[in-house]
Formats: sequence, C-alpha cells, structure tokens
Amino acid sequence: MASYAKPLARPHSEEEIEDPREHLMHDPLPRGKMNEMVMESMHETSWKFWVATGFLTVVVLVCIGYYWYYMIMNGLGVAGVNRPVFWGIFLVNVVFWIGISHAGTFISAILRVLKVESRRPFTRAAELMTTFGLVQAGLSVFMHMGRVWLTYWMFPIPNERMLWPDFHSPLMWDLMAITTYLLCSTMYLFLPLIPDLAMARDRTESGWLKPIYKILALGFRGTEGEWKNLTTAMNIFAFAIIPVMFSVHTIVSWDFAMASRPGWSSTVFGPYFVIGALHSGMAAVAIVLFLLRSTMKHYKYFIRPEHFDTIGMLMFMVSMAWAYFYFNDYIVPWYGGDVWDKLFQEWAEKGPMWYLWYIMLFCNIVVPWSILWNKKWRRTPWLLASAGLLINVGMWLERYIIIPAGLTINRMPFTWRIYTPGVEVWLTIGTFAFFLLLYMLASRVIPLIPVWEVQEGQEAHIIRKIGKAEISTLSDLE
Amino acid sequence: MTANLELPVFTNNSEEELGGKWGMVIDQDICTGCQACVAACAMENNVPFVGEEDVAYGRGMHWIRVERLWEGLEGDYRDVKMTDYQPTMCQQCHNAPCEPVCPVYASVHSMSEDLNLQVYNRCVGTRYCANNCPYQVRTFNWRDYTDYREGNASHTINTANNDPSWSVLQNQLNPDVTVRRRGVMEKCTFCIQRIHKAEDKAKSEGREIEDGEFTTACAQACPANAITFGRLDDPETMVNKAAETSRGRHLLEEMGTLPRVTYLAGGA
Repeated sequence: MASYAKPLARPHSEEEIEDPREHLMHDPLPRGKMNEMVMESMHETSWKFWVATGFLTVVVLVCIGYYWYYMIMNGLGVAGVNRPVFWGIFLVNVVFWIGISHAGTFISAILRVLKVESRRPFTRAAELMTTFGLVQAGLSVFMHMGRVWLTYWMFPIPNERMLWPDFHSPLMWDLMAITTYLLCSTMYLFLPLIPDLAMARDRTESGWLKPIYKILALGFRGTEGEWKNLTTAMNIFAFAIIPVMFSVHTIVSWDFAMASRPGWSSTVFGPYFVIGALHSGMAAVAIVLFLLRSTMKHYKYFIRPEHFDTIGMLMFMVSMAWAYFYFNDYIVPWYGGDVWDKLFQEWAEKGPMWYLWYIMLFCNIVVPWSILWNKKWRRTPWLLASAGLLINVGMWLERYIIIPAGLTINRMPFTWRIYTPGVEVWLTIGTFAFFLLLYMLASRVIPLIPVWEVQEGQEAHIIRKIGKAEISTLSDLE
Repeated sequence: MTANLELPVFTNNSEEELGGKWGMVIDQDICTGCQACVAACAMENNVPFVGEEDVAYGRGMHWIRVERLWEGLEGDYRDVKMTDYQPTMCQQCHNAPCEPVCPVYASVHSMSEDLNLQVYNRCVGTRYCANNCPYQVRTFNWRDYTDYREGNASHTINTANNDPSWSVLQNQLNPDVTVRRRGVMEKCTFCIQRIHKAEDKAKSEGREIEDGEFTTACAQACPANAITFGRLDDPETMVNKAAETSRGRHLLEEMGTLPRVTYLAGGA
C-alpha cells in the first residue's frame, strides 16, 4: 500500500514550491556509503574538536569541581542565597535543565507516534539532550542542598533506625519523577540505538570501543525476529514515555504550586511548566542541530533546512501556547483579587528587576513570533539557532523571575531582601559546559544520526508520477 | 447498598486541635523594642553571630526578631506613624506548612508537647520548610558560624571570627542546646530544653508544672513583661487569660495555620 506523504506545509507562492528531490527522504545514498559517512563523522576529528574538549574539561573541573568543593567545605554562604530567597539559581537551573530534557522525548516519542517523517535524522540528537539535560538537573539539585553528603537520606533505603523519607513532600515526588524519567529516557535512548551500535560494531576493526559496542549491541544481527521485537519494544516505550514526560514537569511545577507562597500556589502551574519546558526544549534542539550540522562531517547531508523548518514550526506553535498560559497566569491575580498575588505580579513588572520581565517577554514571544512565521527564515539554520538561543535566555529568565525574584517578597515585608548570586554563577557555567562536554564526547562514541531510521524512511518514500505531477508517496512498510 | 452522598465537612474546631499545650502572648502595646529578647534568645539557644556583612545581607540567625513596620510613608511627613514593635518568632503552628514539605522528616510535630520541632541532625538542607513558612522565621546555617575553633574554614571568610581570641566564645555555649553546623535549618523551639527540665523536675516531685514556674529566655529577659509564656490547656494560666482579651489576634490568621502565639495590640 502506498499513501501520499503529507506535505509539511502548502506552498503559498511560486518560490516556495520546492523540488521533492531536495528532501533527505528522496535523496537516498547506498546503505554502505551512508554507514561509512556516519562512522567517518565519528572518527575524523580536527584539532579544533580537541581544543574545545580540553577547554570544556578545564571549565567543568574548575566550575563544578573546584567551586562545588569550595561551597561544600564552606557552606552555602558562599552562594547568594539568603532569607527570604532560600532558593536561588540552583533551582532555576534544575527547572531549566529538566525543561531542556523535555524536547528529546517530545520530538522522539510524540513525533514517532504521530509518524512525522522529518523527525528521522534528529531523534537521537534530541534523545541525548534528554539524558544529558537530566544529568545537569540532578547535579543542580545536589548543589542546592545544604548537606549534600547526606543525599541518600532522601532515598527509601531500609535502615536500623526505621527512618523513612516523607512522601508528603513534593520534593520526594520530584525525586521519584526525575529518577523515573532518567531511567525511562535512557532506556528509550538505548532501544533505537541498538541497530546503530551493531552497525558500529561491524565497522570497528579494533580498539577499545569494539568490546563496548559488542556488549551494548546485545548481539543484534538484523534478523526479522530481532527487528520485530525491537519495533514492538520501541512502540511500547514511545507510548509509555509520553505520560511520564508530562508528569515530570507537572511534578516539578508542584514544588512551587504546592507551597503556600504568593504567586506560586496556582493550579495553572502544571500545564504552564510543561509548555515552558517544551518552549526551551525545542529551542535547544534547534541550537544543537545547528551546531551538529556546522561542525560534524557529512551532517549537511543528513540535517537539512527542511528539518529546521519542522523544528521552527514546532517552536512557533509552542511559543503561542506558552503565551496563552502566561496570560492565564495573570488572570488569577487580576480576578482573584488576592493582594499578595497581585503584589507578586507587580513586583515582576515594576520591581527593581523589571527589566528581566521585559527581556523575558521579548525573548519568549516577540522573537519567535517575528521570525518563525516566515518559511525562508525558518529554513535558515543560523537564524533559527539564534532564535533558539534567545528563547532559552527568555525561559531561563522566566524561571529566575519565578524563583529568586519571586521569593524576594513574602507575607512578612520586614524580611524582604534582594538576592545577588555568588558562586552560583560559576556552577551554572559549569553545568552548561558539562552538558556540551558530554555531548561532544558522545559524538565520538555513538552515531548521532539514527542511520537505520533514515534508511528505513528512504526505502519507504518514492516519487510517483500522477499525470504530470510528481508526488511524494510513502509506502507502509509494516 | 445506598451510597453515602453527604459531603464530608472539614472543620478545625475539635478541642484537641484548637487547644494546644504551650502558648505565648506578646503585648505589642507595652513592647519597647529594646531587643533584650533577641539577645537572651541568642545566649540561651546558641544562636551564632554571623558578622556584619552577612546580617546585612539577610542572613541574621536570630530565632526572634523585633519587626518594625511603618504606615503612611507617602504624603505628609507628620502622618508617618510607626506601628508597634512586633517581636516575631516561630508561631508553633498546629497546621504547620513547614512540616509536610520536608522530604526527610527533619521538620516534625511533637505530639506530646504540640510544638514544631526541627531535628538538626536529620536536616539535609533543602530549605523547602523555610520557603513555605509564611512567617519567615526559619533560619539557615549558611556557614559554620558556631565553630570557633582555629583553622576552621569559616575563619577565612567571616572576618568577625578571624581573631583567634574569638575561640573563647565557645565557652559561652549553652550545654543544654545542640550546636548546629553548616547546611542545617533551625528555628525557635519555645525553649524546649527549659520545658523538659521543668517537666522532669515536676515529675520527680510528683506534681504538675505550676504556672510561671519557668519561662522562655525571651520572656524572662523582657524588661516590660511584654512576653508571657505558659500552658494553653489550663484555663487559669496567665497566658490563657491574657490571650482572651479583645486585643488578641494572630499573625496571618487567614492562612489557617493555627499559631500558638497571640499578639495583643490596639490598647490605650
């Protein structure tokens, strides 16, 4: 059976009509050649890569290694937290990184379930963001704790004193949710990786990676039975991980929504945080795709303007949804009439940090709405990546406004104090560097392009002539 | 089988819940704002000095603070009116918002004394309790403030403690109260060490605690007798009689926290 492949957008003018042969799905290469290309991109590195890796390693060692040690030894006093701002940038980073990690699942699972064909070459890049983003979120949680060496008290470990964590606490829900998400997303990253690991195993002659590939590929040989099992497992995971993804950021939002603080205890926080997460996550995918495309060998073949187009449209959609929820967050103080909620909003707009509020709105709404409506601009990788960068700045500021800026005011005006970050700045830089470093190291070890998925898509897509028109069609392989 | 369709009614007026055991009354009309309670509390409970810089940044660790609030700052200068001084400490809420948010049960409720307790050695420092406290009375050990030994890490940061002669200060610590280390949350305990001492004494003598037999450090130090402490479950105590006057009110009563501290204000 063959069906029409859905065009992503109908052309509005002559110049928007494009040749279907430009699409990755209609521009197939021999399988051996494509495998070679991906292997080459993993193995051939220029000196620039190692310079960048070395630099990032130093940054991680100094910013996370040294400054965290310094903070553990001296107490949180070296950070900027005070009373009433008990939660500072660390919690901003937690929410931010979990937000980044949402895009991976969204792109990979939801687009896979919906059979969006243009997802094929970049699912893995997005899934890796999930896992590595969660690593940073976890690190930031630990940095935030006053006595991090006692973290294990939060785990339900049987002990001789019969002490048990309190499952009433939203922080416990958080811990459970993030752990579940980390495990699920890692498994979900691993499943579609198996055929590519097998490919890498067969194409690695020797070296320290060979035995690792051998173990991780689980003896995958590509028989029909193996493929059947793999696709079944991936289908189950793709469906199962979607509710997990939604629940994780809802639960993260409950850390705030469950607290009895003005501006925080709002029922809209659950969906609002999920959309916020997707907003920053999509933008981060755009940045990562741009970086991969411009630095990795042969990736210009795999990642094309059409993929930026898809991401750009998703970003546009999500930014509108975000604006809708942000507006909803205002309805509560406007109509609720609670003085403290109202004060919270006024503090954000007119308080000493008013400029953050304007920058946030500019980055989160004005930037995507003025750039992403245009197909040509969406298809310009650097432009989309810059929009993504600005959106991420905006989303980080949004969390900053909610957490440290929002905590400044409370129901006891005598205690109001402004927060000035201390070593948090270095530790934040450290998490960003660590994320990039993990990504760069992974790009040497695992194929960042799911080759088999691209090949599968290319097999399924055929251009047929109907009358004089050339129509892109998609055969159902299953 | 018929289903019970009646909606459950949640009320907070059972005697057990409203009663409480230990309570405090603060008369704002006679408080002079002299800060003697703050000093006495710090001495009694080993509340550390944090140094000028930190206290200005909002890291003062006093378990009790004297709040001064102004009204009518805008407009005519003569209209500026200073409200009464408001000594604020942990309100020992019955429905304490700090308790359910702690992931490790470091912030717990004492069923026998009906007080909020902070278990210092269980605290891992997530600081959620302090965020959720509407009264903002919890304080956090941002550094090792109480460690006066030489060579301690805090010496390099806290200029106030840089002088080795400060190590003498450890001689003034109250042996009845735990010395807290960095990364731990703490707050007013209603001088639970004094409560326990009095209870032990009364028990060994085979009697009930008498009203006024002991009091908290802040109440003891108050030169104007603005602070009264005692049992709430006995209607004859001074604290109960004082709390029943028409001037009594609770801080942020609308939060439904059922605080055990009553403020008296609005008198002549």
